[in-house]
Amino acid sequence: MDLQTFWLILIAVLFIGYFFLEGFDFGVGILMPFVSKDEVDRRITLNTIGPFWDANEVWLITAGGAMFAAFPHWYATLFSGFYLPLLLILLALIVRAVGFEFRSKMKEQWWRKTADYFIFWGSALPAFLWGVALTNIVMGLPIGDDMNFIGSLGLLLNPFAILGGLASLVMFTLHGAIFLSLRTTDELKDRVERIAKIMWVPAGVVLLSFALLGYRHTILFEELGLIPGTLPMITIGAFVAVIVFMQINRFGWAFAATGTTIIFGTTVVFQGMFPVVMPSTISTDFHLTVYNASSSDLTLTIMSFVAILFLPIILSYQGWSYWVFRERVTRDAIPRS
Amino acid sequence: MEALELARWQFGITTVYHFIFVPLTLGLSVLVAILQSFYYKTGDIGYKRLTKYFGKLFVIIFTLGIVTGIVQEFQFGMNWSEYSRFVGDIFGIPLAIEALMAFFIESTFLGLWIFGWTRLSKAVHLACIWLVAVASNLSAIWILMANSWMQVPVGYHLVDGRAELTDFIAILMNERLLVQMPHVILGGFITGGMFVIGLSAWMIIRNKQPELFLRSAKIALVFTAVASLLTATTGHDQAQETVHTQPMKMAAMEGLWETEEPASFSMFAIINQEEGVSQREIRLPYMLSVLAHNNLTSEVRGLNELQAEMEEIHGPGDYMPPVAIVYWSFRIMVGLGVLFIIVSFYGLWLWWREKLQNHTIFLKTTMVMMFLTFVANTAGWIVAEMGRQPWVVYELLLTADGVSASVFESSIWISMTAFTLLYGILAVAAFYLVWYYGKQGAPEEQEGKETNLHTY
Repeated sequence: MDLQTFWLILIAVLFIGYFFLEGFDFGVGILMPFVSKDEVDRRITLNTIGPFWDANEVWLITAGGAMFAAFPHWYATLFSGFYLPLLLILLALIVRAVGFEFRSKMKEQWWRKTADYFIFWGSALPAFLWGVALTNIVMGLPIGDDMNFIGSLGLLLNPFAILGGLASLVMFTLHGAIFLSLRTTDELKDRVERIAKIMWVPAGVVLLSFALLGYRHTILFEELGLIPGTLPMITIGAFVAVIVFMQINRFGWAFAATGTTIIFGTTVVFQGMFPVVMPSTISTDFHLTVYNASSSDLTLTIMSFVAILFLPIILSYQGWSYWVFRERVTRDAIPRS
Repeated sequence: MEALELARWQFGITTVYHFIFVPLTLGLSVLVAILQSFYYKTGDIGYKRLTKYFGKLFVIIFTLGIVTGIVQEFQFGMNWSEYSRFVGDIFGIPLAIEALMAFFIESTFLGLWIFGWTRLSKAVHLACIWLVAVASNLSAIWILMANSWMQVPVGYHLVDGRAELTDFIAILMNERLLVQMPHVILGGFITGGMFVIGLSAWMIIRNKQPELFLRSAKIALVFTAVASLLTATTGHDQAQETVHTQPMKMAAMEGLWETEEPASFSMFAIINQEEGVSQREIRLPYMLSVLAHNNLTSEVRGLNELQAEMEEIHGPGDYMPPVAIVYWSFRIMVGLGVLFIIVSFYGLWLWWREKLQNHTIFLKTTMVMMFLTFVANTAGWIVAEMGRQPWVVYELLLTADGVSASVFESSIWISMTAFTLLYGILAVAAFYLVWYYGKQGAPEEQEGKETNLHTY
């Protein structure tokens, strides 16, 4: 395997890690207003991700940094091309983080209400927009011979991309609902479990129509052929397993299954396009590939050592933090105000 | 305004704003860790109260540092895509390492520290805040490595109009990094130190647990006094390094139009860049030779000579940075730096004479200093970044050539307005929270009973 392929895999791993981890805390932020009966419920919901959300977000920052280092042209084209969607994502991530951290600092209702809006929209908007962005990448963009995007905002908001956005939105919400069921107790837990089960059907409809249309209309079809192959089948299988596990009340396994759906679904996208990373709709000569977008071999080699050294360490201490906070959040854990 | 100007304004606004929180985080994280270490060592509950008091404020500030930091990373690609293509092979490395090595530690262990009071042993919990403090400062090293390369490019060659890495060790050992990194980090320590002194002083004046806050004031005074002295010496090192690597920046810092040998130091000047002259100047003979070269004779090159030289190398163009801004920012930074040394050492002297807690004028002065540290940090960055103009990578890439080709003016108007408004609102909210929690004094703590720093 060449260095460029290795680095595509690493960046895919970072994005997958991001979607898996921040996926459920987006879901928790989205569900917070709907699953909570009172203020204590809202606070329980937020505390289920309290110690984690920030480190989950670092997966995105690392993915961005790694992309900048390993594939500068990919980073430059993508980030300047998706200027306004990324602006919205940034603004959302800012208000969301501030919502989490500042919410319980004041008792006034308007303050907490504002924080709730920040948390909901700050979670829902990126959950939707990441799907829009990823769909647009797979569909191809008008990329010229200087590797720059030459299109408009309207182009990014096409019906298929919006369907892609809905797909990531429902998937993250379901993932978050199942995460919540593992971190809460009593009535709140029952409510969350019920919502997760009801959600599965519409989520399945959105995901299935997205998969079928996507398969038919994008570069993935040319690459994958008529029979989709192992990875898409695992994705579909895992999604079906979600409802099966929920029906037999194995929510831990159901969480693993939504996680698998996200992991393999994202993998299909990266693997399906390979070696292209950003297809151009103007000419196949203008495709950005891992080869024409990459850094020098020296840079990739140095970065490989760093990544191989640090990723296992990161995974172990991040895993440890999940172990430390493994107990469910109960009503008693919320201080009376 | 053109897209280029707008993109520059946006970068300036978001960076200066981000850099309000960063230096404070660098110093305050270490001080909170020191306070908790005192608690761990002595078991004195007073130190735990102080740890929680400053810890709570630290988390408020840290949050804004994080959220404004993501914007910085995205902005290179969003607004400066041609720059990103040009530097990615080199600039991306420290950025990615910063995330892998520092951000993961900071975010994970801060979560463990905030919510882990009730779950972790005392030693492990103490290790968490130290990891946050060390990782915060590590992240400063990596981002400054990226910045140092923009100031003094080393270890590269140009391939197809892009800089490609040839020598990674040269980038790690960039002489600019070796002088800039300690200067910036120590500046952060002053910021954190003055913050603790200023808030402690406020509490002492208000007679709110004065014995307790006298302790934090003393610890921070020692910390700040040492940091302020070292900031001055490393600043001097950096200036001497700049004379060699970026003579144009040095000339702008001094408002020196013509080459002088020996060179005099300008105390005051009204700079007119259009005509290339300074009016009403007060100059100290020999002093610039001393500052730049440590002797009374050496030559320091002036703006006009350097402009002519750059035109010869790079073709016609205006290669002077905005002189008046750089000149005055430098004077503000140095002036405030000297003030911080005087104030912190005067504080130590008052402590020695056992007058610290009663000297209201001094205590009030430190509260003003607390705000001035931000002015000094900002001025320092303006010298570093404006002084490099019109280059974004010194002598390799003009700022004008780094801007994104595919981003419309209207898009930048939208983003700049959105960031400015949102940042403004957050500044008010954060300031209010720091004031609100600052005013309340140290929280009550019971022996043997642990509560978390906060619950969402």
